[in-house]
Amino acid sequence: MTEVQSSSEISEELGISLYRSMSTARQFEKRAYDLFMQNLVKGTTHLGIGQEAVASGVAEAMADGDYTFVTYRGHNHLVARGTPLAPLMAELLGRDNGLMHGKGGSMHLIDAERGVLGSYAIIGAQLVIANGAAWSAQYRGSGQVTVCFFGDGATNIGAFHEALNFAVIWNLPVVFVCENNLYMEYTKTDTITAVEHPAADRAAGYNLPRIVIDGNDVEEVYLTAKKAVDLARAGGGPSIIEAVTYRHGGHSRADPAKYRDPAEVAEWLEKDPLPAYRARLIARGVDPSVFEKIDAEIGVEVDAATEEAKAGEWPKPERLYTNVWADGGAEWRN
Amino acid sequence: MSLLTYRSAVARGIAQEMRRDDRVVFLGEDVAAAGGVFKTTVGLLEEFGPLRVRDTPISEQAILGAAMGAAMTGLRPIAEIMYSDFFAVCWDLVANEISKSRYMSDGQVSFPLVIQCGNGAGLRFGAQHSQSIENWAMSIPGLKVVAPATPRDVVGLMAAAVRDEDPVVFFNHKALYASKEEVPDGEIVDELGKAVVRREGGDATIVALAAMVPRSLAAADLLAEEHGIQATVVDVRSLVPLDTQTILSEVEKTGTLFTVEENPRLCGWGAEIVSIVTEERWDALDGAPIRITTPHIPLPSADSLEDLALPTPRRIADTVAKALKG
Ligand SMILES: Cc1ncc(C[n+]2csc(CCOP(=O)(O)OP(=O)(O)O)c2C)c(N)n1
Ligand SMILES: [Mg+2]
Repeated sequence: MTEVQSSSEISEELGISLYRSMSTARQFEKRAYDLFMQNLVKGTTHLGIGQEAVASGVAEAMADGDYTFVTYRGHNHLVARGTPLAPLMAELLGRDNGLMHGKGGSMHLIDAERGVLGSYAIIGAQLVIANGAAWSAQYRGSGQVTVCFFGDGATNIGAFHEALNFAVIWNLPVVFVCENNLYMEYTKTDTITAVEHPAADRAAGYNLPRIVIDGNDVEEVYLTAKKAVDLARAGGGPSIIEAVTYRHGGHSRADPAKYRDPAEVAEWLEKDPLPAYRARLIARGVDPSVFEKIDAEIGVEVDAATEEAKAGEWPKPERLYTNVWADGGAEWRN
Repeated sequence: MSLLTYRSAVARGIAQEMRRDDRVVFLGEDVAAAGGVFKTTVGLLEEFGPLRVRDTPISEQAILGAAMGAAMTGLRPIAEIMYSDFFAVCWDLVANEISKSRYMSDGQVSFPLVIQCGNGAGLRFGAQHSQSIENWAMSIPGLKVVAPATPRDVVGLMAAAVRDEDPVVFFNHKALYASKEEVPDGEIVDELGKAVVRREGGDATIVALAAMVPRSLAAADLLAEEHGIQATVVDVRSLVPLDTQTILSEVEKTGTLFTVEENPRLCGWGAEIVSIVTEERWDALDGAPIRITTPHIPLPSADSLEDLALPTPRRIADTVAKALKG
């Protein structure tokens, strides 16, 4: 693992901000799960519970105007980039007050205003598309950096390899972040992958440094991402970071994840990024009551978002035919 | 006016738009330094430089991904997929991502991009470098689909495609590259969704696209010479949006409809037109609409076999004459 010296570079204020971001994502997703079990969230959800340190640590290293590309397991990333919780929740509930008026749903979240240019549900697509946003920023000289998240399983699809080569030869300001949660759906990724570290061990093939970090250590994530983001912004080109983490729950919906060894699950629950980080900040002198207060505030926020979402109307029938085209409509003939 | 080949029209159309708008960028395999495998993009690198005209690796997903990401963040890219057959290795970007993301986000993002490619048969390249896949593209909601038949239209429709706020799949026809015509000097800007009547005749209405347009015009000459039948030939030009009004009114005038399609038979674009016409102008028809298509087979490579597969002026004329005269 790459050594990153943390404490001196992390102010108390930053630490608390990182904690708040993770805790918001955690509480939001727990509520999303409850609402799914109540059949209020339909279709499917893929929760990132347990993986919040990656989303929050990287988002903290980004600037306003930077672009984020994520997978269908993306709620926590939108939360980390500041998407308001009510429209996010309403989108999961398929309501008209949803972020996308109920037309995207959990797997397809976009919040263009905050630079989240999409959640992609076809494995690997976001890596090649992220290159385009990075190319555009490079061409326009805007200084924007693009960060693109993907799973360990995604490293075995062609788009991953096309994207890395392309980003390197064009020296694009893009940071690829692999959230290695050890599983692709129900299969352990190391049983179907030629290398031990599915992203980092491929980096050399694209002339990039091998970076593997503890994805449950939010400060290590933040500091590593900061370096990569700064490098990209300075014209130093792309990076790839593999953050090793674990999802506490199943792959999607109500998957009980019986394919996992209970001892492995127990070991990773011990490494839960939230209590670990709270304990670290307390050890550095932050009063425990600070976290109780933050968690309670977020609880109120999530409750309010839930109520607002539930109060939303069903999407108006007219929405069916809006925004196929840029003129707002769906007409294909005269 | 000056004489322009369809091949040179490709570069002229792109150059016209790149001169006007520096958000227009162009990328693809062998498009810059080499000027294109069919020499359709010669001179663009020299005029616009390596930041705007870019060679890519053989990475079709990366090419379309770059175009998509750039389009949603302020550029207006033109991406080239060398042969339309290669859409099969990047279809996710076309069918799932570029076409659907505006709808899924209910309008948060736009994709003003053009994907141009070499489409169609006639060069004896066999089953994987000769296909007409315009019907694949038109089956995806969210894509506009254009297929010019003439050099002038290559320029004018490219301008319309680049200026459009939506993604446009632009099918250049490989067998037409050597064709030429006199075109006006200066800017040419057309409109998507407008069919053109290439020949007027009172007896039969033939509706064609791309390379099937000159073949239908040749068939119309045969029909006039051999049977005294006067045929109207409609060049559809744009499958999405589709100018059904022009087609419907030309069908009304003759009471007939013949579609001439290079795509293989099943679910070819003509089936959609036949369906619209029969639903909406049943009473105007004197007989069943007839589709003249490539059979539902992969394309063979040998000259004689490929010639048998594609609709020829002879086959078109014979089919029309038989339907009209019995
Ligand atoms: C091209 C494609 N193949 C298969 C799937 C089905 N699928 C959805 S998620 C998933 C697992 C992906 O695993 P990983 O990349 O590790 O991400 P994680 O779900 O663990 O976050 C698969 C196979 C898909 N969505 N797209
Ligand atoms: Mg995984």
